[in-house]
Amino acid sequence: MKINILKTMNKTTKSNTITYLLVAVVYLVVQLLVSTGNISSLMKGLLVPLCVYAIAAISLNLVVGISGELSLGHAGFMCVGAYSSAFFSVYVGEGMPELLRFILAILVGAGVAAVFGILIGIPVLKLRGDYLAIVTLAFGEIIKNLMNVMYIGRDSKGLHFSVKDTTSLNLEADGQVIVKGALGITGTPKDSTFTIGIVLLLIALFIILNLVNSRSGRAIMAIRDNRIAAESVGINVTKYKLMAFSISAALAGVAGVLYAHNLSTLTVKKFDYNTSILILVFVVLGGIGNIRGSMIAAVILTVLPEVLRGLSDYRMLIYAVVLIAMMLFNWAPAAINWKAKIKAKFKNKNAKEAE
Amino acid sequence: MSFISYLINGISLGSVYAIIALGYTMVYGIAKMLNFAHGDVIMIGAYTVLTLLTGAGVNPWIAVLIGMATCTVLGMLIEKVAYKPLRNASSSLAVLITAIGVSYLLQNTALLVFGADTKSFINFIPVPSVSMAQRELTITGTTIVTIVACLVIMCGLMLFVNKTKPGRAMKAVSEDRGAAQLMGVNVNATISLTFAIGSGLAAVAGVLLCSAYPSLTPYTGAMPGIKAFVAAVFGGIGSIPGAMIGGILLGIIETLGKAYISSQVADAIVFAVLIVVLLVKPTGLFGKNIQEKV
Repeated sequence: MKINILKTMNKTTKSNTITYLLVAVVYLVVQLLVSTGNISSLMKGLLVPLCVYAIAAISLNLVVGISGELSLGHAGFMCVGAYSSAFFSVYVGEGMPELLRFILAILVGAGVAAVFGILIGIPVLKLRGDYLAIVTLAFGEIIKNLMNVMYIGRDSKGLHFSVKDTTSLNLEADGQVIVKGALGITGTPKDSTFTIGIVLLLIALFIILNLVNSRSGRAIMAIRDNRIAAESVGINVTKYKLMAFSISAALAGVAGVLYAHNLSTLTVKKFDYNTSILILVFVVLGGIGNIRGSMIAAVILTVLPEVLRGLSDYRMLIYAVVLIAMMLFNWAPAAINWKAKIKAKFKNKNAKEAE
Repeated sequence: MSFISYLINGISLGSVYAIIALGYTMVYGIAKMLNFAHGDVIMIGAYTVLTLLTGAGVNPWIAVLIGMATCTVLGMLIEKVAYKPLRNASSSLAVLITAIGVSYLLQNTALLVFGADTKSFINFIPVPSVSMAQRELTITGTTIVTIVACLVIMCGLMLFVNKTKPGRAMKAVSEDRGAAQLMGVNVNATISLTFAIGSGLAAVAGVLLCSAYPSLTPYTGAMPGIKAFVAAVFGGIGSIPGAMIGGILLGIIETLGKAYISSQVADAIVFAVLIVVLLVKPTGLFGKNIQEKV
């Protein structure tokens, strides 16, 4: 019995180590390519977004895969994290050393996103399945709409808020408008680098993988597999679901922080429904509940449209066809049976040859 | 007077949402999947009708019929190729993502075939506007036709589902697919029929939507599609009168929100109302509350 447990422990540890190593190797290879100048400027520009999408994908996988709830508003949490952290960075400005400011910005983004996660998580717990999906979708749209009309400025008297326009902020002459409605936040310091992105990705991985393999993680998965059974053995459903949801939101917020500090202009356009769907596509394509898979899918599907750029008009068409084909190939029972048959054939052949 | 005219506009917009939501809700009830490509079928329907009208000069009614036929075939084809192989997949999310893939495919095909520029739709509805209350209140012909079409479609669907054999087969499949199959219902044909009806209605919705808001792009269908999905959930997904009431309420809230509060946050208001409704009644207004059995 004891040996059995040890074996499974080793298996998860092994799998986790592979995941960490994979990220580290990718990082080293990319750094090597950058230092030898073997990387196009297009790909260079993609490095930070890749980290953003990878973090977003693994954090969504915590909700979709581990907790078993469908969320269609993940971009909303990214948006909250991005806006709050960008606001913080612009507000602080040069008043702090760069690194300290960025670390605090990350904490602000993660914290605010987590608070929103809890706020959304509480109603979410009352709902099941597709109704949950619609509430998260609604949340994402509400956030997008509100950010689009929000104006915040500051002067010597403190902060001013408005939902109309910059003039109604009633700023004094020395005032500064920080959030400009549909124009978003401009002048965010470009603190994000590929190295920081990878470090954040590793931290996010560490949090999620450790959560999954902990007592809490097992409780969350027990609720996913059978809510009633889990409840009857004394698992606090509310607590664990909320835990998964808010941690996922906080990490999505971190992805948002990274995104906001990569470009100097931040608008809500990037955080619409399509982005939520895109992240969900990463998760499902990479394998629901498979953290490493969703990371790889995020990288492939972010790079794919850029690689296909030469095909201009046809690239999104090809993307769509590839997506449908991959889904059918990976998930259709007929395709799964066919793959199993092929595998069995190969095994038989090998066994015969061995004889 | 302006309030009443906003209200009527809201009912008209809501009627379009309701027709789209009927397609969503029927497919959800029977195939247990969210067909995210439904909104794009609307767009294809509108483009087909527009091309027939401007390119070939076909009689408008025949154009609408051809548009419906095109969407019906398209819907059945999508179901056959993309959704059917995944019907027994281990995760219901697989078919959802495939539906998103189909949605991208339709949008980008339309982009290649019809171009990215906004096409203005020709309003061919031959009903004149009606003026009331000393010309203070004008109801356009499009509004009247939209509301009437919505009512006719809903009544027709209710009769079809409750009174005819294929309709009752639909009900049976939506309640228990396995049991229906054992009773001799052809499940595959029934699901195919559902997609056919839903997509045919989408073509009608496309024409009505573009008659009222005459700008057509490959992305026209996406947002009304999401709104209709919200409407279907609002009314209780799977319920035909629910989709109708949900759609109309949504249209009214959106139009009044735009008129009296702010056009930019109207959508936020719609979604906030939805969240409140779901909190009070977690299965929507007309949804059945299914007790979980252990």
